[in-house]
Amino acid sequence: MPTPVLMPQMGESIAEGTIVRWIKKVGDPVERDEPLFEISTDKVDAEIPSPGAGILSEIRVKEGETVAVNSVVATIGEGVQDGEAVPAQPAPPAGPQGDGSPSPKSRPAETKPAARPAAGVEASARPAAPASKEEARRARSSPLVRRIAREHDVDIEAIQGSGIGGRVTKHDILGYLEHRPAVDGEAARAPAAQRAPDVTFRPGESVSVVPMTVMRKKIAEHMVLSRRTSAHVHTVFEVNYGRLAKLREEHRAAYEQAGAKLTYVAFIAKAVADALQAVPVLNASIDGDNVVYRKDINIGIAVALDWGLIVPVIPRAEEKSLLGLCRAIADLASRARAKQLKPEEVQGGTFTITNPGGFGAQFGLPIINQPQVAILGVGSIEKRVTVVDDAIAVRPMGYLALGFDHRLVDGAVADRFMGMVKQRLENFEDCGV
Amino acid sequence: MPYGEALELQRELVERRRAGDVPDLLLLLQHPHVITVGVKRETGHAHILAAPDVLAARGVEVFDAGRGGDVTYHGPGQIVGYPILDLRPDRCDVHRYVRDLEDVMIRVCADYGVQAVRAPGMTGAWVPTPRGPEKVGAIGVRVSRWITSHGFAFNVTADLEYFRLIVPCGIGDRGVASLAGLTGRALAIPEAEDAFVRHFCDVFDREPAR
Repeated sequence: MPTPVLMPQMGESIAEGTIVRWIKKVGDPVERDEPLFEISTDKVDAEIPSPGAGILSEIRVKEGETVAVNSVVATIGEGVQDGEAVPAQPAPPAGPQGDGSPSPKSRPAETKPAARPAAGVEASARPAAPASKEEARRARSSPLVRRIAREHDVDIEAIQGSGIGGRVTKHDILGYLEHRPAVDGEAARAPAAQRAPDVTFRPGESVSVVPMTVMRKKIAEHMVLSRRTSAHVHTVFEVNYGRLAKLREEHRAAYEQAGAKLTYVAFIAKAVADALQAVPVLNASIDGDNVVYRKDINIGIAVALDWGLIVPVIPRAEEKSLLGLCRAIADLASRARAKQLKPEEVQGGTFTITNPGGFGAQFGLPIINQPQVAILGVGSIEKRVTVVDDAIAVRPMGYLALGFDHRLVDGAVADRFMGMVKQRLENFEDCGV
Repeated sequence: MPYGEALELQRELVERRRAGDVPDLLLLLQHPHVITVGVKRETGHAHILAAPDVLAARGVEVFDAGRGGDVTYHGPGQIVGYPILDLRPDRCDVHRYVRDLEDVMIRVCADYGVQAVRAPGMTGAWVPTPRGPEKVGAIGVRVSRWITSHGFAFNVTADLEYFRLIVPCGIGDRGVASLAGLTGRALAIPEAEDAFVRHFCDVFDREPAR
């Protein structure tokens, strides 16, 4: 007789538990007292043993879910290898009972409906909204049936199940195989292709599988997380860098003497720091239903490395002069490439500047660096034809693209900010050392 | 003892305790710089602020610890306590176990004239300071059929700089303290270890047998 697995009570005042990990999967055999799953309460991770021996026939509560103590989290079945691994029913299930049961106890065929009301309900209802086709398949068949289906390239979904709740039994699949029309390779392959949701290549394809580095994994996680968190919108402004180009020329020597290189990024960082003081919502964060305005303007400058991406931060950029920003940017970039950044130097950013133009892009549409609400992508600066005083002129031009979080920042606000940045860059005052 | 070794040792001891080959044990260790992450791996790893390169440059290892709790740091100057106890028959309450561990740490603090308290909703030993409550002791426990492993970490003279590599225990807006920092005195680890043994035995009603 199948055994329900309950969420244990780990303490007097504990009313619920969260499943952190299933140690065994559906279809696995389990011994009595063998670790079956792990639950977590504040600061404590507990390994829970199986109440009986058999095959783990279904998991009701998934990893990450929280349920009340004594709820049924799973069921351990009879250990039948046949297609009949079903929970208790008032009448014995149709079809032969397997005799390969690993359970040494011989269980009476009658059930205890009172002790297992949930199991009866389960039999006719599918587990709520299977997360993937995989789970749906598993719910409708036993491991043996699934193996037969795989071997013969059959989609279980396509078979009428005669077992309880529409389950596909061994009888069903063998019958299907006997009677299906001779299928050529193509037809057989079509269901297989549909049925492989989590394989990005097939055996035999010429691929080279390389595990991700930890940094790559973290970047991947962060990017997806950021997209899911923020309502990304982008606005693009064109900037005439003519004035800045002139200033750079005029002050190049003086800055070099002071041990710094006067770069466009430094000008942009200055313009951004000042504009953020006027439009502080772009320097803020969202915390639940609250807006957290940050007093310091800590500008992160994205640096592309051979092995990934890192964003060192200029702390309190609003306090720095243009010269100070030049120095800070150069210092952070070179130490980033030399792997010499201190941990606190990549923390605490409130706004990020990235430079897709460095690789030739006209402009990029960057992903926000959480928990910030805005990121500025600087496009390449190149001489273009533009209009100055109603006449054609050739100037160094470039696009600035602002990615912002529309949960907090509206288009008008973002554009007001960008307008200020553009104004500043195009009319930069003297920047003498 | 390197953290990896300690993990192995604990696993072995848990099984031997389960078999009854060893009595209840309390291990008090120090580790070389290491960041450990609890079973909620994603949250834990997300709370590691430094890039792997930065960690590698500082010689800090990272481990998945298989315990409850978020991310934390261990290093020289921090006593890491691993009680391997069988909580049966009368202590089968994990919340009570955690509260008892907090109690032990609070008592040790008292020996040094530091008043530590519990913070509701935030497990650990906290010390109120002018800068706000700071955590001097952290807890992360694993229970396997009522045999405990992992445990607590208490900052005696630990270099708190290393905590800036992470969001300690996932709590971003509270600080971390060390006994040395709080008392302004130079402290010796063996003394603190003795205090732990004493108070542990008091709280858990056991006799020390070395």
